[in-house]
Amino acid sequence: MSDLSQIDRDLINTLQDDLSLDSRPFATVADKLGISEDDVLERTKWLKENGYLTRFGPFFDAAAMGGAFCLCAMAVPEDKFEDVLTKVNAHAEVAHNYERAHRLNMWFVLATETPDGITATADAIERETGITVHCFPKLQEFYIGFRVAA
Amino acid sequence: MTLDTTDRQIIEALQSGLPLVAEPYAEVAASLNLSEDVLTTRLAAMKASGVIRRIAAAPNHYKLGMTANGMTVWDVEDDKIAELGALIGALPFVTHCYERPRALPDWRYNLFAMVHGSSREEVEEKRARIKDILGDALHASDVLVSTRILKKTGLRLRKRG
Repeated sequence: MSDLSQIDRDLINTLQDDLSLDSRPFATVADKLGISEDDVLERTKWLKENGYLTRFGPFFDAAAMGGAFCLCAMAVPEDKFEDVLTKVNAHAEVAHNYERAHRLNMWFVLATETPDGITATADAIERETGITVHCFPKLQEFYIGFRVAA
Repeated sequence: MTLDTTDRQIIEALQSGLPLVAEPYAEVAASLNLSEDVLTTRLAAMKASGVIRRIAAAPNHYKLGMTANGMTVWDVEDDKIAELGALIGALPFVTHCYERPRALPDWRYNLFAMVHGSSREEVEEKRARIKDILGDALHASDVLVSTRILKKTGLRLRKRG
């Protein structure tokens, strides 16, 4: 973090804004920062290669493309944790899974092609483990941005 | 929006990102045998319909020093959640902010906000700021820290046809 110059920090912040669909969109970014288009491209490549940026490109909303997603949680007894984990993770529909410090200690995201797939997968996990799967679908998203001030 | 085969090819081509060249859309269009104009018109339609949220950088939180995070959860009065959720979602240290259903009696919280900071203390300070904003509409809250990543796979669009 400390090794980043001010211009690189400004660039990271500017690159979190929506890129234009103009033929030469990085020229617009360059104008904003008062550096050349080549400089923007070289610095952005460097930031990506060195892991400051994980990706540069369109952010797709998978739900808008027809998929279904749901955050789910289970209260798994400590002595059954590894066994339940194996059964849960065996489902390809389980995208992310985190252990969290709470009575509900296993939190995962189900990603399926259709909304029915969410219920079917949650039901299958309940049958296989004998543990209730709580589903927390998003009712409302308070979305502003995924910004990090560099 | 209904995506046709060409849209799906565009999405597939851009899933790993946009090329970092002076004319990125021309390069992607050429690889798909499309004109740049057709490509950008379709991208504009996908933006308008919400399939593409934006074209931008995804920063690495950890590399930028944001090494601590917590899933903060809040029991907020239902009739105030739209107004208050918008305020919480706008905070610079909050990334994902959603209203979700309660699961009583096991789970009373209806507002989820992922908070990032450079230390556990900073996450707690930020949590206190959220608490102030929620004020009297708040009945209870908690923070769930992740202790282990159990699975992490990318969310990829499946190829069809």
